[in-house]
Amino acid sequence: MKLSQSLRRGDPMIWFTGSALGICILMITGLVLVILVNGLSFFWPKPIQRVSLQDGSVWMGEQAAREPIPNPGQPDHLQRQRILLRVGNRDLYGFDFKWVPEDEIAERERPPSAYFVERREYGPFLGTPVRIQAGEKVLAEGAAVEGMLPELVERAARDRAAVERIQKHEIGAINYTIERARLELRALELETRENPGRELGPRRAELERTTAQQQVLFEEKTEELSRLMERVASTSVTFQSADGRQKELRALDVYRAYAANQLGFSGRLGVYTSRLWGFLVEDPRESNTEGGIFPAIFGTVMMVIVMSLIVVPLGVLAALYLREYARQGPLVRMVRIAVNNLAGVPSIVFGVFGLGFFVYFVGGSIDQLFFREALPTPTYGTGGILWASLTLALLTVPVVIVASEEALAAVPRSMREASLAMGATKFQTILRVVLPAAAPGILTGLILAMARGAGEVAPLMLTGVVKLAPELPLDGVFPFFHMDRKFMHLGFHIYDVGFQSPNVEAAKPMVYTTTILLLLIVVLLNLTAIVVRNRLRETYKTGAF
Amino acid sequence: MSYGLNAAAPDSGLRIKTEVRAQAAAQAEVREPEIAIKNLDLSYGDNHVLHDISMDIEDRRATALIGPSGCGKSTLLRCLNRMNDLIDDVKISGQIKVKGIDVNAASTDVIEVRRRVGMVFQKSNPFPKSIFENVIYGLRIAGIDDKATLEEACESSLRGAALWDEVKDRLHESGLGLSGGQMQRLCIARAIAVEPEVILMDEPCSALDPIATLKIEELIYSLKDKYTIVIVTHNLQQAARVSDRTAFFWLGRLVEYGLTPDMFTRPQDKLTEDYITGRFG
Repeated sequence: MKLSQSLRRGDPMIWFTGSALGICILMITGLVLVILVNGLSFFWPKPIQRVSLQDGSVWMGEQAAREPIPNPGQPDHLQRQRILLRVGNRDLYGFDFKWVPEDEIAERERPPSAYFVERREYGPFLGTPVRIQAGEKVLAEGAAVEGMLPELVERAARDRAAVERIQKHEIGAINYTIERARLELRALELETRENPGRELGPRRAELERTTAQQQVLFEEKTEELSRLMERVASTSVTFQSADGRQKELRALDVYRAYAANQLGFSGRLGVYTSRLWGFLVEDPRESNTEGGIFPAIFGTVMMVIVMSLIVVPLGVLAALYLREYARQGPLVRMVRIAVNNLAGVPSIVFGVFGLGFFVYFVGGSIDQLFFREALPTPTYGTGGILWASLTLALLTVPVVIVASEEALAAVPRSMREASLAMGATKFQTILRVVLPAAAPGILTGLILAMARGAGEVAPLMLTGVVKLAPELPLDGVFPFFHMDRKFMHLGFHIYDVGFQSPNVEAAKPMVYTTTILLLLIVVLLNLTAIVVRNRLRETYKTGAF
Repeated sequence: MSYGLNAAAPDSGLRIKTEVRAQAAAQAEVREPEIAIKNLDLSYGDNHVLHDISMDIEDRRATALIGPSGCGKSTLLRCLNRMNDLIDDVKISGQIKVKGIDVNAASTDVIEVRRRVGMVFQKSNPFPKSIFENVIYGLRIAGIDDKATLEEACESSLRGAALWDEVKDRLHESGLGLSGGQMQRLCIARAIAVEPEVILMDEPCSALDPIATLKIEELIYSLKDKYTIVIVTHNLQQAARVSDRTAFFWLGRLVEYGLTPDMFTRPQDKLTEDYITGRFG
């Protein structure tokens, strides 16, 4: 009796619905937690252990994992434990990680003089400092080295910045000018070949003069660079690995060095923050497994913004025609169904279309028409941020159309009638009454589109994303926006670092941290749109919806 | 029972009010008609809504259209400023002239018609904009951007709609923050801001409480001096209070049309009498 009453009241339904929601929340928070814990702990400096094994070998490293040793079928299956040591020193050992069975360890200690050194190549070096040299001259040795190290690292950072300024910005700008002049010369050549009568001599002379001037400048800068390098590259610091081998590192190549076992909490926090900051603002090193991911952040954000700039006008105009102008009938219904289905087309299909249509056809035509002098090197006829953004705009336009149409339909008829009865034309009514009232709904569509677009990877791989882009698509060189450039993207970065990296174990934490960033960026972009939407809602608040 | 009520009606306040105005209406007999409707037929698809309507509506008078729901009075009202254009599948024949302009002629600019013939709707429908922007909407779309002109028009329209004193300190706040009656008066201010010749009102008080209704009625009464008003209403007392002439519609036909006092005291047609005495409705 009681049970049947409970069934009739629908009590189990409450439990079912509640459990369904609970499972969803649990899975999502679980995913986010796993990413957060793994990603954020990556930068925390761990203590360095020195492990002497029974066979006499000595290793020094951070403990990365501990697990039971599988030995199926044997009595000791999963009975013994082993630890994973991040030993670094890939140039010496040929590997960075080593499994050590715990019962083979004779001695474990935490030497205070053990240093964790982040350097330009071959991953980190773990060892004890031996001496600092300037050329042949020894500046410090033994215990004195530790006192000098922080200053050395700081100076190295300044020197690197100076080198980079000359290399990338100054010489880069000169190269860019020379390349532009070369292309224009080539264009002139093509011009004279087609119209032999035209007098292009003065311009040509001018271009050649520019090239010559820039060439001189280039030599000066190269000279300056080599002088600088000579001065700063001679300083070196030598470390000794656990097995006694010594490695001399150029000071210039040392990015960070800390004695992990001497750090207190605040010291660790300092290392943590500086690593996190570096991760956000630096360029990647070592085939993306180290350094920062700034270009990927920049590329992702810029691509989403360019995509939004394209997709909103396109989607809103299409929705306006569908809802306001088209005669509602079977044809419009079919178009609407087609638009909805377009949202379900696999993204890789859009990628292939983008490659075939935008890159090869449109880009190729642009090259033929405007960049003939650069051929056979393509300018727009190859993947780039413009084509990637266009492809994603195409991918997300159904979302915007559907949301905009719903928003337009939700504008009450009485409001349109009021405007029309005042003598407004249909166009004025749409512009002054319908669109402002529908703006919050349209922005909801944009939010959905951005969330989809920012997380998309497959179509980008075909239309312009690369593992490492030497230049950002927006910089200080005229014309500032370089929409033809290839770019880096966080989503692709995750794939590349996680699955294409030569050193997967070392790159694994990068996957987590990059994921956090991608999530963070999507959340930030969405929050911005939501704040704008709520502002609009406040302005155009109506009792009708 | 209803007979008894009807017998009492001539002695009620209603009688007194209508009598006061009867003289004013009588003077106007010679005026040129502002709106002349001839042999108007209208159908939505297969649904024949208006049958052969002919009536003249006088200049600067209030004319009430009454009749049961679905009798076509709102449809007739919407013909006068061509709001029926918005509905697909509508067929109109016959002629409507507003101040000599043939409203339905192909050469007539519908925008011009709507500017001359303003409209106030059943449910107040201010735009989700500020009070100021609501009132001057008609001027803005006409391309007037001079701030002084707009402010002047806003003030005079709001005064004309008896709303100025209530909103003058919050002109730039949302029009949707007003009360129901205020919103309806805002819509009236919006309609008179473009200085139309005719104002159509489609049951303007049906969603309002009695006090707000009273205010709107007073407003309609005062607006009569400047504008020709055509009002659709289900409230017979309201028709009696505010209108000079009343037209009674029944199933898409004009049954009776005459001076309001006559209609309510000496209806000519049996149907009219039944309707105003409440025997059906």
